[in-house]
Amino acid sequence: MVKIAVKNLFKVFGDDPRKGLEMIKSGKTKEEIYEQEKLTVGVQDATFDINKGEIFVVMGLSGSGKSTLVRMLNRLIEPTAGEVLVDGENVLTMNRAELVDFRRSKTSMVFQSFALMPHRTVIDNAAFGLELSGADKAKRYERCATALKQVGLEGWENAYPNQLSGGMQQRVGLARGLAVDPDIMLMDEAFSALDPLIRTEMQDELLKIQDHDERTIVFISHDLDEALRIGDRIAIMEGGRVVQVGTPEEILQNPADEYVRAFFRGVDPTGVIAAGDIARDSQPTVVWHTPQGSIRATLELLNTRDMEFAYVLDSEKRYYGIVSTDTLREALERGSTKINDAFITEAQAVQVTESLQDILPDVASRTWPIPVVDENNVYKGVVSKNRFLRTLQRAGDGTHFETQESQANPQPEQEPAHA
Amino acid sequence: MLDFDKQYIPLDNWINDFIDWLVAGYRWFFQGIKWPVEFTLTGIEHGLVAIHPLIVIAFFTLVAWRLSGVKLSIFTLVTLVFIGLLGLWQATMITLAMVLCAVVFCTVVGIPLGILAGRSNRFDSALRPVLDAMQTTPAFVYLVPIVMLFSIGNVAGVLATIVFALPPIIRLTSLGIRQVHPELVEAALAFGATNWQVLRKVQIPLALPTIMAGLNQTIMMALSMVVIAALIGAGGLGAPVIRGLNSLDIGLATIGGLSIVLVAIVLDRITQSLGKTKQNN
Ligand SMILES: Nc1ncnc2c1ncn2[C@@H]1O[C@H](COP(=O)(O)OP(=O)(O)OP(=O)(O)O)[C@@H](O)[C@H]1O
Ligand SMILES: [Mg+2]
Repeated sequence: MVKIAVKNLFKVFGDDPRKGLEMIKSGKTKEEIYEQEKLTVGVQDATFDINKGEIFVVMGLSGSGKSTLVRMLNRLIEPTAGEVLVDGENVLTMNRAELVDFRRSKTSMVFQSFALMPHRTVIDNAAFGLELSGADKAKRYERCATALKQVGLEGWENAYPNQLSGGMQQRVGLARGLAVDPDIMLMDEAFSALDPLIRTEMQDELLKIQDHDERTIVFISHDLDEALRIGDRIAIMEGGRVVQVGTPEEILQNPADEYVRAFFRGVDPTGVIAAGDIARDSQPTVVWHTPQGSIRATLELLNTRDMEFAYVLDSEKRYYGIVSTDTLREALERGSTKINDAFITEAQAVQVTESLQDILPDVASRTWPIPVVDENNVYKGVVSKNRFLRTLQRAGDGTHFETQESQANPQPEQEPAHA
Repeated sequence: MLDFDKQYIPLDNWINDFIDWLVAGYRWFFQGIKWPVEFTLTGIEHGLVAIHPLIVIAFFTLVAWRLSGVKLSIFTLVTLVFIGLLGLWQATMITLAMVLCAVVFCTVVGIPLGILAGRSNRFDSALRPVLDAMQTTPAFVYLVPIVMLFSIGNVAGVLATIVFALPPIIRLTSLGIRQVHPELVEAALAFGATNWQVLRKVQIPLALPTIMAGLNQTIMMALSMVVIAALIGAGGLGAPVIRGLNSLDIGLATIGGLSIVLVAIVLDRITQSLGKTKQNN
């Protein structure tokens, strides 16, 4: 059943959008229109349906018009031309009062920057939508308690947003979106600002919530992994156009044009995907200066888990080094007790922002999964050879589609080089 | 031959005629400005003068204690008692009444204007040159038309003070509204906020610390007008300063000036901590 029908939707930014519209219709390209009239074509001629209860992912490169498109669905951005039908009703012909009512009752939104009100507590942020429509306090708090519980924020009701981590803040954003019990949730790169580990966690959370609520979710993303992981169907945007809509398999097996193919294959995926995008927390970590971080305890840990390497962090999760069963044993034989005596001397971390190309030499030449750190040297996970190759494979070969392994999977990735 | 001992262009007479015509023809307009100011001013003034000084002192000390702490409340207590002992209690209350009255009107007029300017670029760019002119024109220049239109006295003094002290609260209110992150406004709209709700639930609360800073500046500027207002016959702490200067009574001028500075410090600290407590919430 169709929930949202988008028909010939256009958005031209600038002083005289009508003129831009005519130019598009007379066959001028986006670039020509900008050169000649300084008008920016945000979205052109988008037509597609979104079904009730599905997660519809809109993907595209930066500037392709994803945010513009999703904001036209609830008219945060006023379309230049076209139709948006929600349950058969045209959103674009609604007057102010009808629009306010539509936004309160049918839709909610989750933002990339979280957009929480810093002067409100967690529960008052979550209750914001209900408060706007005039629900009384008792009812508001009751509903929000449920929403906060759904996203795992029980007990944080009276905290302020700046007391929470990024992941928790976005949980509040999600709770705010859920509390109004909307038919439709619009999520504009909702998880893009989060660390890779937290991001997968939030995706799982969303899928779990979606399991029993069956909302219609329009999810903007520029992350291929994310789109494949959560999308029931995916729309690909390029330069303001929707170039293909389909299930992940359909798109992978039958890319509509070169752009889509390139998007999925990546002309050179190693240059586009960053280390942080594929880092996974699959390896054991130990905290230095704690009893668990002693040489003996670490060796014990690795032996019981039948793993070879452990990643040594401090209490702030900053990366210090890697130890292996071999180096630990050697250090023990030398009679040393400090774990840094067992560090693998050649081990080096890479930055989250480094591309696959940059980290390829490291990944290829080392036997251990390469640790990934952010600019503050905080550990974000590892890139193993296996993971690296699979990313390349999926990106390089459009027909080869694997479902993502779940983050909850306790089985660590095996190193093919060691097998 | 030109004889410069004679006046060929009687501009002064023309202006007087023009003012007479203005005052006669638009009496309702100037009365409309004057009346509410006069009403408020006399209300506050009578109140402050009538209340027993000890109650006033206790009140300010308590406010200082609540908003800031023991240190400021002791300072306030000592300052007010000291001013009383100097024999300037009544003058201080008149000054306080004039400042309060000016600040009330600046707030009532300034915050809405600031909100409008914060939400509309058109209005902001129209208002900006007016505010610039109000702030850069030396007060003496507009004392003349004010006296012509409203004659002399406390009310004229308050009106001059309002002109001078109004810009900061408008500017800072506008700034505060503009500083609110656009995505917060967008989020509010996405959840179905009306314009009024965006203003009341997002923009004003987030702009409040900045608005408070504007209020503080407005109060300080109002106080800085005390002496100038005394030039056009306003009473209060400015009066002993002017009188002292005219009669070369340096002592009188000094205690007047000193009291102004002390009152300024007390009001500054109190309003600053007002902004801070709001911010902490
Ligand atoms: N308010 C605006 N005024 C003028 N141009 C705009 C405006 N908003 C967006 N654009 C332009 O419209 C185009 C599409 O922008 P949009 O933000 O929708 O892209 P996006 O796909 O969401 O990109 P990103 O991944 O960077 O968020 C861009 O060229 C952008 O510069
Ligand atoms: Mg965007």
